[in-house]
Amino acid sequence: MFVIHCPWCGDRPETEFHYGGEAHIARPEKPEELTDQQWADFLFMRTNPKGWHRERWSHSSGCRRWFNVMRNTHTNEIAGSYRIGEMPDLPDGSGPAKGAKA
Amino acid sequence: MTRFSIASLVRNAMNWHQDWPRQWRSPQPKPSYDVIIIGGGGHGLATAYYLARQHGIRNVAVLEKGWIGGGNTGRNTTIVRSNYLWDESAAMYEHSLKLWEGLSQDLNYNVMFSQRGVMNLAHNLHDVRESIRRVNANRLNGVDAVWLDAAGVKEFCPIINISPDVRYPVLGATLQKRAGVARHDAVAWGYARGADALGVDIIQNCEVTGFDISDGVVTGVQTTRGRIGAKKVGVVAAGHSSVLANMAGFRLPLESHPLQALVSEPLKPIMPTVVMSNAVHVYVSQSDKGELVMGAGIDSHNSYSQRGSLSVIEEQLGACMELFPIFSRVRMLRSWGGIVDTCPDASPIISKTPVKNLFFNCGWGTGGFKATPGSGHVFAHTVATGEPHPINAPFALDRFISGALIAEHGAAAVAH
Repeated sequence: MFVIHCPWCGDRPETEFHYGGEAHIARPEKPEELTDQQWADFLFMRTNPKGWHRERWSHSSGCRRWFNVMRNTHTNEIAGSYRIGEMPDLPDGSGPAKGAKA
Repeated sequence: MTRFSIASLVRNAMNWHQDWPRQWRSPQPKPSYDVIIIGGGGHGLATAYYLARQHGIRNVAVLEKGWIGGGNTGRNTTIVRSNYLWDESAAMYEHSLKLWEGLSQDLNYNVMFSQRGVMNLAHNLHDVRESIRRVNANRLNGVDAVWLDAAGVKEFCPIINISPDVRYPVLGATLQKRAGVARHDAVAWGYARGADALGVDIIQNCEVTGFDISDGVVTGVQTTRGRIGAKKVGVVAAGHSSVLANMAGFRLPLESHPLQALVSEPLKPIMPTVVMSNAVHVYVSQSDKGELVMGAGIDSHNSYSQRGSLSVIEEQLGACMELFPIFSRVRMLRSWGGIVDTCPDASPIISKTPVKNLFFNCGWGTGGFKATPGSGHVFAHTVATGEPHPINAPFALDRFISGALIAEHGAAAVAH
């Protein structure tokens, strides 16, 4: 169990939330032009990192809004939460997993 | 290797059991091998065993970052069954079940395979229809299955609550009598001992940190104990498959989740079979030590932390209380988590990869233990010949491009 910060409601227990998987997977702009390989990448392929992970959560038992969290999948440490459409510079968002032991 | 027999038991009893030899060596890694298997769990060790035994490839190393059988092999609830809906899955799991039936003799190691039956409960009209359909599909595929009504369920497992007054009453169940449980550690140890005797090097405390790939062909691996060359590499790393794929430069359709299980204090024999329920989500069996062994679904979030949230356990114990009110005062001894690699269609990937001579066996998600012998058997074929065995051909990575998914969510008789 961990405590998740909802950008609207504040800190709440994990049981109030639903998980939405990897964040920032953009829907294809022109779906009719995608190859089968590109569809597979969009639909199925996931980064699944051991370390920092930007992911979607929904405050389903609260305000029911979706937002993003950056969490370390190895330590469950949470670096921060932010609203949909934002892309704040959180520690190690893109680089290799800092804080994650091998 | 000392063969286990009544004679060897008597002989060693004379020496107060002081002189049993170690069951496998602990060798230093050689500079190179014909085949390297990454991951010393049941599937990896079985792969090495069948490579040596069926394909005569004995210059093989199994690299394990921790200790053998210390991952999901030692953390699952040991259920073995083959009552999957789709033809491809039925072929895979039934192949495995047939190997289970002869495994203790084959390995000369008692894996305590006990065919005490597995029941999958139905709690509503849709469950009943789906279950009867699955029984018929199983029979067409040569998998034993029968449908029991609620009275039949009660007769087979007398402690179950079939009262119509509960929130989700038991309306019936499918029963696979040849299904059951096995001793999970013994499976790892038996395959390790068998593979070692055929010349396989089992190298523990050796973590792979990278692949050597030149012109799209794998030539070796980098490890915490130095570089080791290899003509072929098979990766059987369960929850860490995505991490290894990332090292090799591609992605997999996998997400790693914690899956928790727990055991009670030991009780006298009371649970004669394995009971699984989807709608009331829990599965329960009793180990030969007397502990009730329980599990249920994954924690929803990605994680590599080998622990999950208490709320998930609370939910499955609630389900247990509804089905087995008799357990209400049983104390739980311990719970733990393993990291399972779940696939979008709840079926495994046993496949070639974009890198030549690099093969992956992953995506078993919540149900890999039952497949250990069959998975090792067909993966050994894939690695040895470079082409899939007919049984694992449908489980290729490119099914996510072609769309020929093997959708076992729900169809596999259990929620994931």
